[in-house]
Order: sequence, then structure tokens, then C-alpha cells
Amino acid sequence: MTVVRDRVATRIASPPMHRRLSPLLVVVIGAAIVVALTYTLPPFRTYQLATVGAYLCVTAGLTVLTGLNGQLSLGHGALMATGAYTLALWQNKFNLLAVGIVVAILVTTAVGAVIGLAAARLRGPYLAGLTLAVAVVVPSIASTFDGTFNSDQGLSVILNPPPDTMTVEQWQAWVCWGGALLTVLALALLTRGRFGRDMRAVRDDETAARLAGISIARTQVTAFVVSAACAGLAGALFAVIAQSVSPGAFPLTLSLFLVMAIVIGGLGRLTGALIGALLLVALPAVAHEIGEAAGSQRLEGNLALTFFGVVLVVVMLAAPGGLASLRIPLKKKGQR
Amino acid sequence: MDRFLFLTFDGLSRGAVYAAFALALVLIWRATRIVNFAQGAMAVATAYVAYSVADATGSYWLGFIVALVAGLLLGAGVERVVMRFVDHSSPLNGVVVALGLVLIIQGVLGMIYGNEFRPATAPFSRDAFDIGGVALLSRYDLFVFAAVGAVVVLLTLLFTRTSTGLRMRAAAFAPDVSRLLGVPVGGMLTLGWALAAAVGSLAGMLVLPTELGLHPTAMDIVFISAFTAAVVGGLDSPIGSVLGGLMVGLLLSYISGYLGATVAPMAVLALLVVVLLSRPDGLFARSKARTA
Amino acid sequence: MKRTAIVLAAVLLAAAGCSNSGNSNGGGSSADTPGVTDSEIVVGTHMPLTGPAAAGYSKIAPATKAYFDYVNANGGVHGRKITYKIMDDGYNPANTQQVVRQLVLQDKVFAILNGLGTPTHSGVLDFLKTNRVPDLFVASGSRSWNQPDKYPGTFGFNPDYTVEGKILATHVKEKHSGKKVCFLGQDDDFGRDSLAGIEKILGPVAAKQSYVTSNPNVGPQMGALKAAGCQVVMLATVPGFTALSIGTAAKIGFKPQFVVSNVGSDPTTLAKTLGAAAPLLEGVVAANYLPLATDTANPWIQLYSKVNTQYNANAELDNNVVYGMSVAYLFVQSLQSAGKDLTRDGVIEAVKKGGFTGPGLVPVRYSASDHSGYGGEQLTTIKGGKAEYFGDAYRTDDADGAVEVYKTAAVAPPANGIPAA
Repeated sequence: MTVVRDRVATRIASPPMHRRLSPLLVVVIGAAIVVALTYTLPPFRTYQLATVGAYLCVTAGLTVLTGLNGQLSLGHGALMATGAYTLALWQNKFNLLAVGIVVAILVTTAVGAVIGLAAARLRGPYLAGLTLAVAVVVPSIASTFDGTFNSDQGLSVILNPPPDTMTVEQWQAWVCWGGALLTVLALALLTRGRFGRDMRAVRDDETAARLAGISIARTQVTAFVVSAACAGLAGALFAVIAQSVSPGAFPLTLSLFLVMAIVIGGLGRLTGALIGALLLVALPAVAHEIGEAAGSQRLEGNLALTFFGVVLVVVMLAAPGGLASLRIPLKKKGQR
Repeated sequence: MDRFLFLTFDGLSRGAVYAAFALALVLIWRATRIVNFAQGAMAVATAYVAYSVADATGSYWLGFIVALVAGLLLGAGVERVVMRFVDHSSPLNGVVVALGLVLIIQGVLGMIYGNEFRPATAPFSRDAFDIGGVALLSRYDLFVFAAVGAVVVLLTLLFTRTSTGLRMRAAAFAPDVSRLLGVPVGGMLTLGWALAAAVGSLAGMLVLPTELGLHPTAMDIVFISAFTAAVVGGLDSPIGSVLGGLMVGLLLSYISGYLGATVAPMAVLALLVVVLLSRPDGLFARSKARTA
Repeated sequence: MKRTAIVLAAVLLAAAGCSNSGNSNGGGSSADTPGVTDSEIVVGTHMPLTGPAAAGYSKIAPATKAYFDYVNANGGVHGRKITYKIMDDGYNPANTQQVVRQLVLQDKVFAILNGLGTPTHSGVLDFLKTNRVPDLFVASGSRSWNQPDKYPGTFGFNPDYTVEGKILATHVKEKHSGKKVCFLGQDDDFGRDSLAGIEKILGPVAAKQSYVTSNPNVGPQMGALKAAGCQVVMLATVPGFTALSIGTAAKIGFKPQFVVSNVGSDPTTLAKTLGAAAPLLEGVVAANYLPLATDTANPWIQLYSKVNTQYNANAELDNNVVYGMSVAYLFVQSLQSAGKDLTRDGVIEAVKKGGFTGPGLVPVRYSASDHSGYGGEQLTTIKGGKAEYFGDAYRTDDADGAVEVYKTAAVAPPANGIPAA
């Protein structure tokens, strides 16, 4: 496992002299592809594309936290909820989307810092258990302060209609992928630098890292805060796509799915985060079609659930580096 | 005062279930250094089997026994087929695999039984006796106390009085030495998982009739409470987990009763945070425990 | 990073590749109306088929579909067969967004029919309005569906919760005057609107409690109501929580008169959830506005029973099945009224014109200025495990209007069971 991850890590983070594409170039190409797609795909596919973008924000942040820094968070669904609710409250008061997204990120970052401070003192299952408790507390908060959050029913999000020149779905895809690509760019640059080295050092050997003069706690809190900011952005984007927020949109299963997504894609790899985000959208859709073909409603949601679980266990046992570490990635992707 | 008494007994009754569940977590943690995040889902799975049997035969008790046996088998199976092959170099791996099992179990249960709540009947009346005009305890509560008490006593006897129990402890604490001494460490691990899963099944059978009924995700919240209980008691201490379970049960009951049910999950989180940050080895721990 | 780029490109191109299949099955060429061809009308819905809210409700959509199949087997509506696409949203608003978009953008449905749930459906109102999709007979009693100016294409079905609260409270005022009345409700529009209606008639209740569906323990709430000395407890609860509340109350030796919202009162569903404790349901008062599934003498139930046997795999006939078929009947009425040249605006105009008579004990209220569904209910009580109507049907509004008796008898179904054009 460690060996694989080291290999993985070196590959992502080796200095630019190794002839890899600059992240900026990748992002620009990605943006071009997304824009092209929004003009060719039918509206529903464009909407799904937007959802992938929103998921990519959170999976990218989470894979850096878990893969590079070794902290497992089961509470990122709750952080997404924080971002989403912040955006909803902001929009319903001021209706200024761009500022609202920034505010959502800031608020989630603050919440993430609090959890991160506690998390930095915890390891392994303790951290997982704590963040799990965070994940299930969302509905409780929403209904205790129902004057603000409107309990289970949640809030609707006021949005201005998009410019006349584009459809709603195109606009959603642009907003989401704008956020996603900026996130990926920021994380790629961040993990290539000193911070990335610190994180990996802390993950691999805390004592050695401490001897090397790295502050363990600061590195871990920073990693958590960074990934929380990403989750906040993702939450805000989901609020924009869904035009509503409610506790039901951020259940425990979401947090588990996020972990599943980054593990399947390959921990610590932004490619893996992308694969994971795609699977999160594609698998339920495929399962729905299978369920419909089989004429069984019981299959629908459950087929995806089971499949996610099986893949998660098999990948952890057989290829802890994730799908992205396999040598033939394109074949895997051909099945979308 | 009536209300306080009622909440106390209600809390103890729920706490006893959390205690049993926490005990199951501790059993596995001591043996393998894995927190079995799939414990709740496994318990639900065996409860589904139990109620299927009970419905088919009309006998709750047959179903109850089937639940415990199914727990033993499922626990052993999970250890043999999956957990044994988990790479333990990072504590994340065990957690992630357990979460994968949660998804699989919940998905399969949903496919077989559907995702609606099914009734989970109680073997005894849940009508409370009136004691001095105050409704305190029902027959069912007494059954819960008796069942959990029996489990605690039996496990204590097993681990302190029998050679199998001693071997299990040895295999958990010093696997290499035990292996040299001829203890079948692998077999002991399997046995540990089987026992733990059976205790988890028992807890599931006890708690499900008091809630909405059978549902693939019915134990999610119970799991959080039980995990908190185990942490409060110190993950290494079986007695601590029992005391922790009762504490969490009481806390939840008082908080729900006086402040409102919606506050309860926040109280669990707060307790977990406070204990983890101030006494990470648990309130009752003597030795300095490890962090992972 | 290069890998990222390759993967990104490959994946997006793959997505583009699959997209064509989604495009081709869309609207017909004969008319400009999506989802309508000369031989077919495609309609969609979102329902909780899985998850905590699925209890009972998961039977509604299959029943609706069964009635459509019955109509289709008898020649359809204006020669068109109705295809009903049922999507599971698990009562999760985020999923509702997804599945409704899939129905409208990909499957190109003509209309969304009977989408279930207040939090779930609220989120798609704007989307449906933007795409000019008729949003008919929403399965919830929220007053949000009745906003003709804001959402011209949205129509409710259930009596709204305030109307229901006023009617239930009128019964309590007449039969239990002077008793201490308390309230337990879901912590959303359902509970709040219901309480508002109750308090319009009774004034402030002695104690009120709320619950959320994510916390299946109502022990504390029932304990508080007992401590407050409540004699009548009015419940605005979904079926699972009605059963839980009644069961929990019995456990703590608390036996008030329960008065339950229609939404959470189907005796079949409740008895199943309570299991051995089902006798606790005896004497529970609730209300309804459709024929009761157990009233085998009712001609509507006879019709539904026939359809149920033939087209619904003989599912257990409960009030959810009755509800689903009644929705289908009303939709077929609307299609008949909209005429052969079916358009989205046409069906909305037809519903606005109103004048439908059907299984309901009171009429639906649809008009240009009123998009709410049924305007009243009649009280029921549970005897021998079955609900029975008693007293008169009442009508009222969601404001301060009086609760008045509605005497006109319900109509019988047409001989062939299909509304005429």
C-alpha cells in the first residue's frame, strides 16, 4: 500500500523537470473541452456534466486530505451542507451569486478549521468516528434552529436567470466547472510545492517529519481546512444546481459515497478524484437503467449502493492504489 | 420528579442496548485494531433474517436464536473472507473496507426486502408497569436488562475463566508470541469476530422494536451512539464500554426529554468531541492507550 | 497531470458519445408538444420508492399506472395510450432535481403528474415553470401549489393541511369540548400548516411538540405531552410516525384520544407497522376525502378493485391504491377535457376550467384563481381494524372561512370506469 502510494505520490508531485504538462495547461484544455461539450450535449447530459463538476470540487479536496495527508473524513457531506446553507441564506438575502459562493467557501473554511483542530489530535478510527458524528448532526442542527434552516424541508435558493444567450444547463455547467477547474488548479499547485511534501511526510512518518522540522498539527489542520474549503465550494455549487438545500440532500450515504469515490479513483490523485466524481453521477444513472429494464424498483437505488460497496472492498483488497493506478486507464473509462 | 424517573429508566434501557453494541465494537477492536464500522449494518442483516424466520414459523424465539447464530456466521464470514486480507499498514484501510461492507449489506437488504420499514415486534409487552402511579419500566425493558446483563456475565466468564478466552486475549495482544506457543491465532480472530457480531445482533434485536422497525439503515444512528459509548469507555475496556453505553443512554434521554429530541445528536457529537480531546483513552482508562 | 488531461478528455468524449442515444427518443414529430404523439402520451412522476418516507407511499404510483393500463386497454384517451414513467427520489430533494430533469429534458415527458412531497417538489417548481411543463396534482397538502400567478402550471391534489386542520379541530371542538388538546407535528410546512388550521378553530393548543423524520424516537415528545396532561392529541404525522407515536404513548401508559391527519392515517399501513400492537388503533379519529379501501359496497372501490386485480398484480387494496387510482382518474378527465388536439397549455386550461366530478366526497376546487385540490374532508374512525366514515363531509378554505357541511352525494363512476370526453 505504502509502496504504491509513494509511487503514486511521486508521480503526481515530482518536480516539473520531469516533462509533465503544466496544471495550467491541463485546466485550460479542460475548460475548452467543457465549453465545447456544453454546446454539443443535450440539456440533460449538460446538467449531469455540471453535477460532475460540483462533485469534482469535493472529491479533489478530499483526496488530498485522505490520500496525501492520511486523514479520513466521513464528515465532508456535512461540510458541503455548510457551504450549501450559507449560499442559500446569502442568496435569499442579497442575491449576489459570486459573492455568495466566496462567502460559502469562507464560512465552510471556518467550520473546517474548528473540526480540523480537533481532528489534528486524532488518528485512524477515532477521526473517522468523530467525522461520522459530524455527518449525522446536520438534520439535527437544521431542525433545532428551524427558524433559520427550516428543518427537514430546507430552503429554496433564489437565483437570477442566466443570460439570454445560454440555457440554464449550460450556465450551470460553466459555473460548476469554473469552480472545479480552479479547485483542481489550486490543489495541483499546492500539492506540488512545499505543502505537498509536508503532507506526505506527515502521512508516512510523523516522527521523521517532526525531526525534519515540520509542524504536524499545522500541516494537518491546514490540509483539513483546504479540503473543507473545497467541500464548501462543492456545497454551494450543489445549492445552485438544485436551487434548494435540505438535510436530505446531505445524508450519511453522501459522505460514504465521497470516500468511495476517492478510494476507487486512487487516493491522493486528482485523476482519481475525477474518475470518482464521474462514477458518482454515472453509476446511479446506469443502475437506474438496469433497474428499469429489469422492471424492479427495488433494484434501482440499491444496485448502485451494492456495486459501490463491492468495488470499494475489491479495490481496497486488490488494488489499494485505485483504478487510476491500473495501467490501462482508458479501457476502464470507456465504460463511462 | 416523575418525569425524571421515567427519563432515567428509559435512558438506562436504551443505554443497555448501546452498551451491548459498544461491547461488540470493543471485542473487535481489542482483537484486530479495527473499529468495525459495518457492525450496525451486520446487525440489521441478521435481524432481517430473524424476522423472516419468525414470520415463517410464527415463533419469535426461534427467530431470536437464528439472529444470534446468523451473527456468529456473518462475523466469522466477514473475518475469513474480507477482513483477513485487509492491509493493516494504514488504519484507514480497515475503516474503508468496513464502509464498503455497509454499502453492500444495505444495498443487498434493500434489493431483497425493499426499502420500506417492516414491523419489528417485541416479544414482551412494551406497556409500562405503574409503580406508585409512575410508569417506569415495561416487561420489555426488563428483558433488555436481562439479556444485556447475561451477555456481559458470559463474556466476562469466557475471557477470565476459560482457556479459549485466554487464548483469544493472547492472540489479540501478542499474536506472534501466541503463534509460537501454538495458539491458532487466525482461528481466534475468527472466533472474536463471530462473537462480536453475535453480540451486535443481539443489540440489534433489542433496539429495533423500540424504533420505527426494520430498515436497511435502521442502525446508523445507534451505531454513532454506540461508538460514542465505546470511546467514552475507552475502546480497550469492555467494562468501560458498558458504563459508557449507560452514560450515553442517560445523556440522550435527559437531553431529549428536557431540551428536545432534535438536540440529541448534537449532544452525542459534543460528548464525543469533549472525551476525545480531553481523555482520548476514555474516561475509565488506566493505562496510556495508543492513538491508532 | 497529463494523465488527468487524458482521462478528462476521454471521459468527456465518452459522455458526448452516449448522449446521442438520449436525444433520439424525444418528442414526436407530428405535434410540437413534447411527450405527445398520435398514439402515446408520456407522463412522469417522482415518488419515494425507497427510504424512510416510502412506507405506504410507494404503492401510489404503481396504482396510478395500473389505472392508466386499464384505460389503455380500453382504447386510451383520444386514441393515445398513456405511458407513466415512475422515478424514485427517495424523498431526497437533491434526487428529485435529478430525476425531474431526466424526465423533462431526456425523456421529454408531457407533464409531471402527482410528484410526491413538499420538500421534494418545492425544489422543482421553478424548473418546471421555466420549461413550461404542466405540474399536475401534486401529492402533498402544502399551500405552495396554489399560487396561480407565480406558478401558473402547478395544481395541488390533497386538501391543504390548513383545511384539514380546521376540519379535524371542528370535530374536536364539538365532541371533546373542555378537554386539553395537544399537538405533535412534523417539523415542516405539513406540521406548521396543520397547526395553523387547528389553532384557527380551537385557539392555542395546550402543548405542542414536533419531530423530524431522521430521528425515529418520539419517546421524549410523547413523554412531554403526557406530562402536560393532554387528553386529545392531534397528529400531523406521516404513517411511520403515527404508528410510532401511538405505540410509544401506550408504552408509557398514555392513552389520549388520537386525531390524525389523513396523510398518516391509512389503517392498513399503520397496522402493518404496529404489528401486534395494532389494536391500539381502535377509536383513532382521522379524515379522508376519497372512498375508503375497505368499503367494498362503494362503486368506486369496486372499480378500483377490478383494475387492481387485472393491472396491479392484485396488490393489497389500501387507501394508497385508492389515492393513486383517483389521481389517474382525474388526469384522464383532464385529458378528455383538453380534447384531441393535446397541448401543454390546453391541459392547463382544461384543469383551470374545472367542473370535474369523481370519487371525491367533496369537489376539487380548480379554477383560474384557485389551484388547490380537494376542498374538504369527512371524519373517519377506526373500528375493528377498518376505517369508517361518520358524520358529514365538511368544506372550508385555508383562511378564516367557516367550516361548513357539504351535503351533495358523491357521483357514481361511469359504467366502463373511464371518464367520458
